[in-house]
Amino acid sequence: MGVFAEFHFQNRANERLSEREGQQATDDMFVLADGNTAEAERAGAPGYSYWRSTLRVFLSNRASAGILIFLLLLLAFTFLQPLLPDQKAPTEIFIDPQTGTQYRNVPPNAEFWFGTNSIGQDLWSRVWYGTRISLFIGLCTAAVSAAAGITLGCIWGCARRWDKLFTEIYNVFDNIPYTILRMLLIYILRPGLSTMIFVMSLTGWVGMAKYIRNQILIYRDREFNMASRCLGSSRARIIVKNLLPQLIPVIMLNTALAVPGAIGSEVFLTYIGLGLPVSMPSLGTLINEGRAVILVAGQRYQLFFPALVVSAITVSFYALGNAFADASDPRNHR
Amino acid sequence: MDRIRYCAGRVLRALVTMAVVLSAVFLLLRLLPVEGYFGSRSDAMSDQVKEQVLRELGLLDPWYVQLKNFWSSLLRGDLGKSVVCRRGVDVVKIIGPKAAVSFRFGLAALLIEKLIGIPAGVLMARHRGQLFDRLGNIFILLVNALPAIVYYLLLQLGGSGLLGIRMLYTKGDIRSCILPVISLSLGGTASTAMWMRRYMADQMNMDYVRLARAKGMTSSQVSFRHVLRNAFVPMAQSLPSSVMFTISGSLYIESLYSIPGMGGLLITAIRRGDNPLVQALVLLYSGMSIAGMLLGDLLMALLDPRIRLNSE
Repeated sequence: MGVFAEFHFQNRANERLSEREGQQATDDMFVLADGNTAEAERAGAPGYSYWRSTLRVFLSNRASAGILIFLLLLLAFTFLQPLLPDQKAPTEIFIDPQTGTQYRNVPPNAEFWFGTNSIGQDLWSRVWYGTRISLFIGLCTAAVSAAAGITLGCIWGCARRWDKLFTEIYNVFDNIPYTILRMLLIYILRPGLSTMIFVMSLTGWVGMAKYIRNQILIYRDREFNMASRCLGSSRARIIVKNLLPQLIPVIMLNTALAVPGAIGSEVFLTYIGLGLPVSMPSLGTLINEGRAVILVAGQRYQLFFPALVVSAITVSFYALGNAFADASDPRNHR
Repeated sequence: MDRIRYCAGRVLRALVTMAVVLSAVFLLLRLLPVEGYFGSRSDAMSDQVKEQVLRELGLLDPWYVQLKNFWSSLLRGDLGKSVVCRRGVDVVKIIGPKAAVSFRFGLAALLIEKLIGIPAGVLMARHRGQLFDRLGNIFILLVNALPAIVYYLLLQLGGSGLLGIRMLYTKGDIRSCILPVISLSLGGTASTAMWMRRYMADQMNMDYVRLARAKGMTSSQVSFRHVLRNAFVPMAQSLPSSVMFTISGSLYIESLYSIPGMGGLLITAIRRGDNPLVQALVLLYSGMSIAGMLLGDLLMALLDPRIRLNSE
């Protein structure tokens, strides 16, 4: 209705103008068109909220909803475990009061739920302590890599003058195998929690930055962006409002996959002896301790429990990352 | 003509990258703890002797002099001598035989990866959403998500129990190679199948497939005659890298099965502080990575006539 009214109004104005040629157009020649904006809007698309649709698609898949609930419960339990009553300290060595020796390799029982290890420490509390450490490493690495990758990727994509330089830096990073680079850097910087997070993030941002740069190059000169620039949007607004939302699926996927990646890396680095100190048992430490006793069938529980927890966490994150990437792709929103 | 120009340009660029990367790695390695140059008797050395050792190795020179010396000896094929692991032995002589062992295992695994991964990926793409595809996706999910050591250990424990074979590798006993080769190929099989499926799926959405179907080809004819060929091109790109990196071996598997390959060498060198050996290995791996990417690009240019031959 609105557009038509405008059109008639224009025509009428022209006719009148030709009638009284030579006269100046004055305000009283104009009649306000009868347009109702609310009415016009109503004809458009129904209310669409990106995040609500993402959530709806995500939760409509029963498997991913189940995994999400499982993971949330696991995370909650991991962090609440030390607050529960009757929990033991993860590094305390328990001594049998009758014989005066340590409780070595005691199989799971009512006192030690996951049994004890070869020097008499409680495996139950060690597993949950280790899970906290490993999750901390994984989440920190994912957050730092994502933040650094997004920032540097945006700069790389938008600053045409620096493109060459960034590409060269990327080539140098990309041509040294990451595992080697990590091992070397940890060796140089000396092992420790912060070193580990730093080194993993250092190799983690590269892929993300490269991807974001490529996508920005694709979207930068599309019509909607040109229009936005003509309307005077600042560069920051273009990046945050126009470009980044296109990249959410991939950013989410990368961030979710960085968590199991970092946990796996931690297990590897601990295996080769570049892990955390013994006072800070991680899941990697526990898996290694368990691996040392696998030749004795009765002691394999020491490998089984940490391996089970690490598998549950990494597989959940991986599956959730993929499910979320699918759900956050607007093409899957109907 | 275009193709020759493209290849020459690509080789030249790889050489430049190689020079930059090797120099960067060399300078990074200057940060290695200096104790790694003295060998096992470092406690008995006085500070003067230590300084003497460092001076003889040229480590007290300014960095640009060291870089120049490094390049001149590298071009002569001299990578230095081990100081701890096998004192005084040329690092090339240490690396050689170990690389040969890893190479044999790696090649066998690579063969399995491609022989299983590619058909599996093709089948998964053709039967998307069906049982085989679902099972395949679960396999890919598990292999990608789990820390490798978890399924390696599972395979070692379960496999040796089921097949009734020894857990460790014994030289000359072919049966003891089964488990390590299978373990070695798992990761590659999963990623080959995953990418193959993705490339096939991408190709199947193309217009030429619809045209071929419309003119009366059956869906399996289209798959094998057109789609597979096109989907295979991006697969070929990573092949040279994969072949080269078989010699680097797998650290986990070689130590789990005590195979005398290259996998553990870098770790041994790092743990025992054998800096010249660390340096040689890191440079070797970086060089291989660049060369692998170069060969992959050249192979692509050979295989796919449509590839963009000029850089812009």
